[in-house]
Amino acid sequence: MENSSIIDIEFWRLISAYLFVLLLIIIFKVRGIARERKLAIAAFRMTLQLVIAGYVLTYLFELSNPLLTLGVILTMEGFAIYTIYKQAGTRLSVNLKKTIAISMIAGTSFCLVFFNFVVIHFEPWYDPRYFIPIAGMIIGNSMTGITLSVKELLKSFTTQKDMIEGALMLGADPKAAVKPYVNHAFDSAVLPTINNMLGMGIIFLPGMMTGQILSGVSPLLAIEYQIVILLGILGSVGLSVILFILLAFRNFFNLNAQFFPEGKN
Amino acid sequence: MTTDLLFAIRGVRVNNILNVDHLDIRKEKVTCITGESGAGKSTLMKLLNKMISPDSGEIFYKGAPLKDIDSVKHRRKVVMLSQVPLIFPGTIKDNLMMGYMLNGSKPDGDEVLKQAIHNMQMTKELDEDAGTLSGGEKQRLALARILLLAADVYLLDEPTAALDEDTEIMVLGHFMAEIKKKHASLIMITHSRKISEQYAEERIDLSQPPFREEMDNNTRGGL
Ligand SMILES: Nc1ncnc2c1ncn2[C@@H]1O[C@H](COP(=O)(O)OP(=O)(O)O)[C@@H](O)[C@H]1O
Ligand SMILES: [Mg+2]
Repeated sequence: MENSSIIDIEFWRLISAYLFVLLLIIIFKVRGIARERKLAIAAFRMTLQLVIAGYVLTYLFELSNPLLTLGVILTMEGFAIYTIYKQAGTRLSVNLKKTIAISMIAGTSFCLVFFNFVVIHFEPWYDPRYFIPIAGMIIGNSMTGITLSVKELLKSFTTQKDMIEGALMLGADPKAAVKPYVNHAFDSAVLPTINNMLGMGIIFLPGMMTGQILSGVSPLLAIEYQIVILLGILGSVGLSVILFILLAFRNFFNLNAQFFPEGKN
Repeated sequence: MTTDLLFAIRGVRVNNILNVDHLDIRKEKVTCITGESGAGKSTLMKLLNKMISPDSGEIFYKGAPLKDIDSVKHRRKVVMLSQVPLIFPGTIKDNLMMGYMLNGSKPDGDEVLKQAIHNMQMTKELDEDAGTLSGGEKQRLALARILLLAADVYLLDEPTAALDEDTEIMVLGHFMAEIKKKHASLIMITHSRKISEQYAEERIDLSQPPFREEMDNNTRGGL
């Protein structure tokens, strides 16, 4: 940011980093794994998206307009929700899609507001230099969390259909009948974040911190940010996933407390 | 004589699976349901337990339309043993306690639980792992669990399919005696003609007319 100890990467050096992609493509080819197409597309999209993001962010930072900042957050939110629908692996019912959208928006908004106004407290409140990257991290991690829990929930509802129905036949409340599977889905969605915290600072430095340190920020300041960001992510993943799970299980039962493992429509 | 009527099934259809025009099931009786595989026995039983609802027609439980009765409350009094024995991770005791928990009733003490296991011809301790039990033992554990519940009606879907004949006779013998003591009703799906002959006070054979005949007529009519 301020002191310019950062080395601007020369263009040909930047291009040389793509040798890593080439290396992987060769490995895929040699081992006969049909993934090179997907990798090539991913590398291309990553480049394109980041270049665009770079220009857009520069533009947004200069304008520093509250409506524009909110617009960007909304777009991110929409894209994240769309990605969850795509990644879930099966066709989701309309009700389930609604539940995903509601829990994504509610969970991340709450965390974002708390984070921006209480934890970091920057001025003006819409400063895109803070607002946008923080929102990106929170929304991105909640997205991964909800995707994991959707997959886990759908999988266990299908494989454990007999268990859930067996419990209902004994007079179980729908909530009690699905409790172990719902808990498991929550656990598997939050576990990656917790594991991430365990290895933090020892096994790896997270991307944001690496970026900050490389651009000249003192490691201690970078760590302050890293700590609060990680806690914010934990809160946001936890909140949006629990919201999703608490709302979602109702989609699998009708008013007669009858179970539909693929979700009723 | 409507007083001894437990279930009354009137004009009930479930997809193309089941078609029951008129069927009465009486209180405090042992009713056996037989019929070849795929005849719709489990489907019929799930209707009684309100696990599914008919596409058309009506089921009455003790004179009241089943569709107006709260499902969970109904299932707590009209409990059903699923065809696949329901075994939770944990010990035998955990599994028995799970029955009370799911059913929303007050658990009995260890002595009662031990006796329940013993009555099912099992020589196992309460703290043994339920996951390692054999198929037949799991089935008996599930039977012990459901019998510990204070229900009015017991619906058993092929409860003894994994048991040898001697054990089957002893286990069912005990079950019947307990049911009679509780003044409860028992409806049981069985593949065994012998069991049906020995225990049934009422019989429903889904492979015989009128069930079979109506099904065929309707299928033909629908085509
Ligand atoms: N949920 C369902 N959806 C569609 N068909 C089903 C469903 N459940 C059962 N069936 C079909 O209905 C028929 C009767 O099933 P079932 O009642 O389980 O028979 P039984 O218990 O007599 O063997 C079978 O042909 C089965 O494949
Ligand atoms: Mg069956």
